[in-house]
Order: sequence, then C-alpha cells, then structure tokens
Amino acid sequence: MHIPDGYLSPQTYVPLYGASFAFWAIALRKLKSELSVKHIPYLAMAAAFSFIIQMFNIPIPGGTTGHAVGAGIAALLLGPWTAVIAVSVALIIQAIVFGDGGITAIGANCFNMAVVMPFVSYWAFKLIKGKSDSAKRLYAAGFFAGYIGLSLSAIVTAVEFGIQPLIASASDGRPLYAPYPLSVAVPVMALEHLLLFGIIEGVITAMLLKYFIKHEPEVVYAIQGDRQ
Amino acid sequence: MENQNKKKITPFQKKLWIWLIIMALLSPLGIILPEKFKAGDAWGEWGTDTLEKVLGYVPEGLKKLTDIWKAPITDYNLGGEDASLTVQIFSYIISGILGIVLVGGVVYLISRLLLKKS
Repeated sequence: MHIPDGYLSPQTYVPLYGASFAFWAIALRKLKSELSVKHIPYLAMAAAFSFIIQMFNIPIPGGTTGHAVGAGIAALLLGPWTAVIAVSVALIIQAIVFGDGGITAIGANCFNMAVVMPFVSYWAFKLIKGKSDSAKRLYAAGFFAGYIGLSLSAIVTAVEFGIQPLIASASDGRPLYAPYPLSVAVPVMALEHLLLFGIIEGVITAMLLKYFIKHEPEVVYAIQGDRQ
Repeated sequence: MENQNKKKITPFQKKLWIWLIIMALLSPLGIILPEKFKAGDAWGEWGTDTLEKVLGYVPEGLKKLTDIWKAPITDYNLGGEDASLTVQIFSYIISGILGIVLVGGVVYLISRLLLKKS
C-alpha cells in the first residue's frame, strides 16, 4: 500500500500533500495542548510498532503480498489525532531512509494510512461498541476497527491509482503514471484486504486492545469516556 | 532513548520495548514467507522491470519520477539487488532495529519540543 514515486501524477500527489499538511498541523496543535509526559513513551512505541509491523509482508501464495499497518490500534490507544502523528512519522522514515513508498507520494501515503485509517478505525470502534460494556462486543469492535480501517484505506489507495489513466496519458493513449484503471485497481486492492490483510489487522488490533485493557487500561484512549 | 526520559520507565513499558525488539528479530519472516510462497511485490508497488515485463512498456511519467530519490537503505536491504537471502535477512533485522530507534527517537523529539513550547 506504499505508493512508490512515479505512480501518481503531480495533479494527485500535490493536493494529497496539502491534505496531509492540514491534518499534521491540526494534529500537532491538539497534541501540544493535550500531551502529558507519561504518554510520550506510548506515542513513541505506537509509532515504532507501526513501523515494524509493516515489515511483516504476508504472502498470497503465487500472487502478491501485503501487511498490517498498526494504525487501528494506534488510534484506539492514543486517539485518532495522535495516531496521525505516530503513523506519519513511521511512514516518512520508511520513505526517506528505506525507499518504501515514494518521496513524492509521502502526502498520499500518509493521507491513506495515517489519516484515513486511524479515523475510520476509531469511528468503527465507537460505532460498533456503542454504549455496551460487554467484553465480547468490545473486542469485536476492536477487530472491526482494524479490519474496516485497513480495508477502506486500501480502497482509497486503489482509487488514487485507478484515476491516474483518466488524468494523464501520452499522445499514443498510453497512461503516463499508474497504468491500471479503477475497474482493476479497486476490486484487486479491496478483495486482497477484505479477504486477508484486513483480517490480520483486525486480529492484531483486538489482541493488543485486550492486552492493554488487561495491563494498563488507563492508557487506552478509546475507552476513557466509559470509565469515568 | 529511554534514558532521555526524566521519569523512570515502568516495567510494563520496558516489556513493550523488548517485544518491539523481538519483532525486529522476527521480521525476516516478512521476506522469507513471501519467497517460500512465491508471492511477488505488493499490488501497485512494482519496479520498472516488472512493469516492462507485464505491460510491455514503462509509462513515460512514471519512468521520469521513479528514481527521484535514492534511499540510503533501499528496500531494507544493505546488500544491493543481488544480495543473498542471508544478507537480506541480516539487513532486514538491522533495518528493523534502526527503524524502531529512528521512529521512536523522532516522536520523542517532536513530543519534547511540543512540551517545551507549551
């Protein structure tokens, strides 16, 4: 899901840089007013976790690979705005130091995985959990937070790929950037994430949520309202 | 990096950092399993060689932008494109640990700066 350099036209990557800058600016301002020293280690660890979980490429035998992002659990632990910062730092280091995701695509990749995903995950969790205090419902909400968050993020990425042939083609009609149309990109990216990678993200999100609620419930942002 | 924190690290936090390092040590699974199951690149992340093979051409705009940035450790691999799997495995572990330190360090720095200003 890391868009490399060259796959997006400037007409796509420039506005997406703009969108990510807007979210970074708000997220940093919110973080500045809400951050306390005791949360810093968790913020650093969530970012480091997002980095390292993305190294675990999961194969679809004979086909392609994908991976979890860790933005779902980051959003539940830190809140979606703080998760924007944590996951963005991981993605920016990946692009600059390891060439994973393009430099021109940093805005797009951060928008897809560090903005869309944490917010969708957080809303999905809140919506599914509702006011219920059943443990089953809580962990189901955790699973679907990761599952829906990653899948939707993949679909947004696929739309960015898929609109490229509509935006720019050479005089011979060949696309200038990502070559596959929406009718290919969206089904492929949606299916592989709905059927495999999303499930893995969901399981990881639910398991870590359970672990944190058991050991350190006061750091889990998503359940704070319920505990007062 | 923990030492920069004036407050002492809690045993729970220490355990989490250790788990992150264990994950870095296990991370080569992320290249060994795809190799075993003959799974290629992630969809939409192919190099120009693969595009040439699949499409028969490399899109013009893509060709211009593809090498715009030379990352110091491209693809988490210190050995270059022809590195053996062993070299790749060690590179991957080193990249994982380096990544944890860099990402954790940058977040610490941002947090410290934000706290100082407020």
